Amino acid sequence: MSSTTTTNKIKWWSGGKSPFNMEYGKLMMWYFLMSDAFTFGAFLISYGTIRFSQNFWPDPNVVFNAFPGAGHANLPLAFVSVMTFILIMSSVTMVLAVHAGHHRNKKGVVKWMAWTIVGGLAFLGCQAWEWWHLITGTHAVLADGKLELIGQTMRGNPWGNLADVNLVVDALKNTSHETLVSMVHEHHQNMTHETLMGMSHEQLTGMLNVAELHIREKGPVAFGGYFYGITGFHGFHVFSGVVINIIMLIMAQKGVFEKRGHYLMIEKVGLYWHFVDLVWVFVFLCFYLI
Amino acid sequence: MELQQNVATEITFHHEPSNDTKRIWRTFWVMLFITLIELGLGLLLYATDWPYNLTLATKGVIVILSFAKAFYIVSIFMHLGDEIRNMIVTIVVPLLLFIWFICAFLMDGNSYKNLRNDYDKHFKESTTVKQKSNSNH
Repeated sequence: MSSTTTTNKIKWWSGGKSPFNMEYGKLMMWYFLMSDAFTFGAFLISYGTIRFSQNFWPDPNVVFNAFPGAGHANLPLAFVSVMTFILIMSSVTMVLAVHAGHHRNKKGVVKWMAWTIVGGLAFLGCQAWEWWHLITGTHAVLADGKLELIGQTMRGNPWGNLADVNLVVDALKNTSHETLVSMVHEHHQNMTHETLMGMSHEQLTGMLNVAELHIREKGPVAFGGYFYGITGFHGFHVFSGVVINIIMLIMAQKGVFEKRGHYLMIEKVGLYWHFVDLVWVFVFLCFYLI
Repeated sequence: MELQQNVATEITFHHEPSNDTKRIWRTFWVMLFITLIELGLGLLLYATDWPYNLTLATKGVIVILSFAKAFYIVSIFMHLGDEIRNMIVTIVVPLLLFIWFICAFLMDGNSYKNLRNDYDKHFKESTTVKQKSNSNH
């Protein structure tokens, strides 16, 4: 507590010094991050408002259950846990870089900045896979008396309420031949697309067990816009953070900060990077956990 | 290695940076532990079919755990906890606006839902759960 007693004796508001005891650029980074927190906060609260205005909202455990290379295995939240772990880990490497900067340890700064960049790129790669999977992975939904195959896009959401089985049976008659072929193909991988295309509508419907298909209705359209909008805006922050980190790595390597006598720039970019991790805590909370 | 000193004229009081990284790693383990509890609770909600109020309470616990993580990131990783009180206050006080922001807008959304359920029967019938199921797909 020695520091507290020392700082208490200083008259912070008497002029001639910063009452915040902080270098100008770092203070402005804090204020920028505070405003950015309100931007993200507004997005997430808007999402919350729409979610609270709906009777039904898709269960994140059902939406986010895929893992790269695991096929159709049901693994709820597994992949996003990996992404969260990567981001926490890169936050640790960042704070270790800042720590090395405090001790003017150039080698340490370069090493930990490099690991932070690796973590950021790994996170972006994971997000790219997740988006690709959600957009291209189609699901059969009951809409307008027929079945349709749709992915998770800005226009449609395939995770609505479970549809009534009798309505699904009726809908099979109105469903297009191509849709039926794709649905049957998913459960009978050994039969080629051409063989199935040659079969009649009745033969194809006979091969589908409606009770086991768990066909859903379309879910709330707003889900896609909010999910891609907010995770995309966060991903953009990660991307710009990686770019800034690379610039800082190069500057540190060239000895720019060593000549200046301090590594304050590493502290500032560190603040930005931790903020990106902080936002992910809440994105993870709002979209994946609750 | 020589410590950085007098990096800027704005800084009156310079506190010594710690020599080891113990505190950083301890924070990492705490955050990892909190995240694992959050995931466990999230999966528990999925695996069980709890009544509405218990589900809501569990989600409340997850929210509180997330705020604990946010505190650790800001206080330890961003070193805000090491700054002087003036600095902490200038950041934290404006953020209190979020209390109103969250309450007002979530209540607004909830009120809109209730009004629509009362006056728009088609909305109510087309969006409420008709069939309970434990399906995964």
